[in-house]
Amino acid sequence: MQKLITLFNRHSAYFQVTPLMLILGAFLIVPLLVIFTYSFYEFTGYFTRPAFELTAWIRAFTLDITYLNYWATIKITAITWAITLVIGFTLAYFFVFDILTLRFKIFLFLLTVVPFWTSGVVRMIAWLPFLGKEGIVNSAIMGLGLSDQPLEFLIFSEFAVIMSYVHMFTLFMVAPLFNVMARIDRSLLEAARDQGSNNWQILTNIIIPLSRPGIIIGTIFVTALVASDFTAIRFLGGGKLGSVSMTIANQYNSVQFPFSAANGLLLLVVLLLFVGGMMRVVDIRKQL
Amino acid sequence: MSVGVLIIVIIIAVVGVYQWMTGTASAPRPAAATAAATGAATSSGASDEEGTASAPTPIAVREMARTKGYYIRWTVFVLFTAFLYGPLIVVMVLSFQGPDGGLTFPMQGTSIAWFREVFNPTFVGDFRAPFGRSLILAIVVMIITSFVAFLAGLAYRRGFAGSGAVFYLTVASLIVPSFLVSMGIGLGFTGLNMLASWWSAGLGAHLTWTLPFGVLIMLAIFARLDRSIEEAARDQGATPWQNLRHVVIPIVAPGLIAVALFGFTLSYDEYARTSLLTGQGNTMPVEMVAVTGTAARPSLYAIGTLTTVFSLAIIFLTFGILYAISRRRAGGLMGGGAVPEGEIYGTKLTGSAGTDQ
Repeated sequence: MQKLITLFNRHSAYFQVTPLMLILGAFLIVPLLVIFTYSFYEFTGYFTRPAFELTAWIRAFTLDITYLNYWATIKITAITWAITLVIGFTLAYFFVFDILTLRFKIFLFLLTVVPFWTSGVVRMIAWLPFLGKEGIVNSAIMGLGLSDQPLEFLIFSEFAVIMSYVHMFTLFMVAPLFNVMARIDRSLLEAARDQGSNNWQILTNIIIPLSRPGIIIGTIFVTALVASDFTAIRFLGGGKLGSVSMTIANQYNSVQFPFSAANGLLLLVVLLLFVGGMMRVVDIRKQL
Repeated sequence: MSVGVLIIVIIIAVVGVYQWMTGTASAPRPAAATAAATGAATSSGASDEEGTASAPTPIAVREMARTKGYYIRWTVFVLFTAFLYGPLIVVMVLSFQGPDGGLTFPMQGTSIAWFREVFNPTFVGDFRAPFGRSLILAIVVMIITSFVAFLAGLAYRRGFAGSGAVFYLTVASLIVPSFLVSMGIGLGFTGLNMLASWWSAGLGAHLTWTLPFGVLIMLAIFARLDRSIEEAARDQGATPWQNLRHVVIPIVAPGLIAVALFGFTLSYDEYARTSLLTGQGNTMPVEMVAVTGTAARPSLYAIGTLTTVFSLAIIFLTFGILYAISRRRAGGLMGGGAVPEGEIYGTKLTGSAGTDQ
C-alpha cells in the first residue's frame, strides 16, 4: 500500500492529466479516427456501407466545386482577417497605451468581451431587423434620401456574413494582442522617444514587431473559426454563397457520409498545415 | 438611426459615469502592465501582477496619449462597441413589440405579449424544456471543465514527459472545425449502436470546446504563481494536501472562477457542436435555430432577450464574486496598486486562510 502511494506521488502529474487525455481522446481523437474510417466507406446513393474505397478522396480532389469552395472560403477568411486585425490592433493599442489606469483598461476590455459570453444565435438573429429589407439601416438610408429603394446587398450576402464574423471574432484578435502589447517594456518607447522617434516610427519599429506573437495567435483563431463556420453562411449568406464547411455540412445532412468525411479531413489538414506554419514563427506556450 | 445614436450615447454615458465614479478621468495613475492570455485571465491574472508591475508613468506614454490618434482610437472604440451591442439592443427593444407588430421596426406599440407567448407556448416551440437541458448541461460542463483544467494545470506545474504533445492536442481541439467534432461523435455513436443525445454526445462535444479555454487559462494562472510560496508552506510542515487546500487553491481561485464562467457560458450558448447530436431533446440554441427556420415570430426575440439577460446575470454574478475576492485581498484587481512588492501574496494568504479557520 505504501508502495502504491509513493508510486502515485511520484507520477502524480500523469494522473492529473489523465482526465483531460481521456476526454480529448474519447471526444476528439476517436471521432476523427471514425471520420477517417468513414472516408473510405462506400456510398451507394442511399446509404453508406463499410468498404475500402478511394472514391470520396478522388472526388474531393478532382471536382471543380472543391476548388471553387476553397477559393470562396479563402476569400472570406482573408477579408475577415484583415478587418479583425485592423480593428483588433487599434482596440488593443487603445486599451494598452491610451488608457492609463489598470482598472479602466480592464473595464473597457470587459465591455468588449461581455457579448462573447452571450448567445451567438441571438446575435445572428439580431442581424435580420438590423440589415433586412425593412431593417434599421435601410430605413435610415431611405429616410435620409440616400437611396429610393432598400439596399439588397446588406442581408443574405457575403457582406452580411463577413459583418457577422467581424462581430463574433474580433475579440479573438483583441485578446492576444492586448496580452502581448501589455508586456511591451515602456522604457523602450521612452528610449525611442528620447532618440527623436515620432509616434509612427515607434509604432512600426517597436510596437508592431513586438506584437507579432499576438497577431499570429489572433490569426490562428480567426482563420480556424471562419473556415469552420457554417451557421453564419447558411443564415446570412442567403444560399448563394458556397464554402468548404457548408458543403461538408450539406453532404452530412444528405447522409453522404464518406464525401463529407473526406472533405472534412481535407479541410482539417489544410487548417493544421496553416496553423503549423504559423506556430513555427511563434511559440504559443511562451505567450501564456 | 435613432437607435444607433441612442446606443452610442449609452456607451459614452456608461464610460463617463464610470470615470466620474472612480475618479479616473481627472487623475491618471501609473499604467501598470497587465499580462493575460484571455479576457478572463485578465481579470484574474492581473490581480497577481498589479502590485508588482506598476512603474512610474513613462513620459513617452503620457505624451502619446493625447495626440490626434488618441481621439481617433476613442472613436473606433465607441463605434465598435455600438456595433457589438447594437444588434443585441435591437432584439431587446423589438421583443417588447406590440401584439400586432412584426419582426422589424416600426414598433406597433409596446407590450409583453410575446413574453407571455414564451411561457404559454401555442405557436412557437416550447422553450422551457430546452432551457432546462441547456442549464443542466452548462452546469455539468462547468464543473467538469473547472476540475479537469485545474488538474491539468497542476500536472503542468510539475512537468511530465509528453507535456508538449498534450498541449498541442489541447490547442488542436480549438482548431478542429466544430462540425467535424460533431460529425465524428455522431458517427461514432451510430457505430456503437447508441443514440446520440444532448447529455452524452452533446456533453463530450461541448467539453472539446470548453476544455482548451479552461486549460489555457489555468496554464496562464499557474505560470504566474510564485513557487516559493508553496516551498514556504512545505517548510512550515504543510502536507501536499494542506498545501493544495490552503495555499494553491485560494491563490488560483479567481482563475478557477474565470474557467467556470467560460465553461458555463460557452456550453450554454453552443450551437454548431450540438446541432447534430441532440437526438430527441434540443438544447436552447438548437431549438432557437429550429424556430428561426420555420415560424419566426417576435416571441423569438422575447426568448433571445430572456436568454441574453440570463447570460448577463451569470456574467455579472461572476464579476461580482471576482470583485468581492479582490476587495478582500487588499490591493487586488480593483483595489489599485498600493500593495508593496513581496507583500501581495502574504496579504492574500492571511486573507483567505482566515476564513478557512
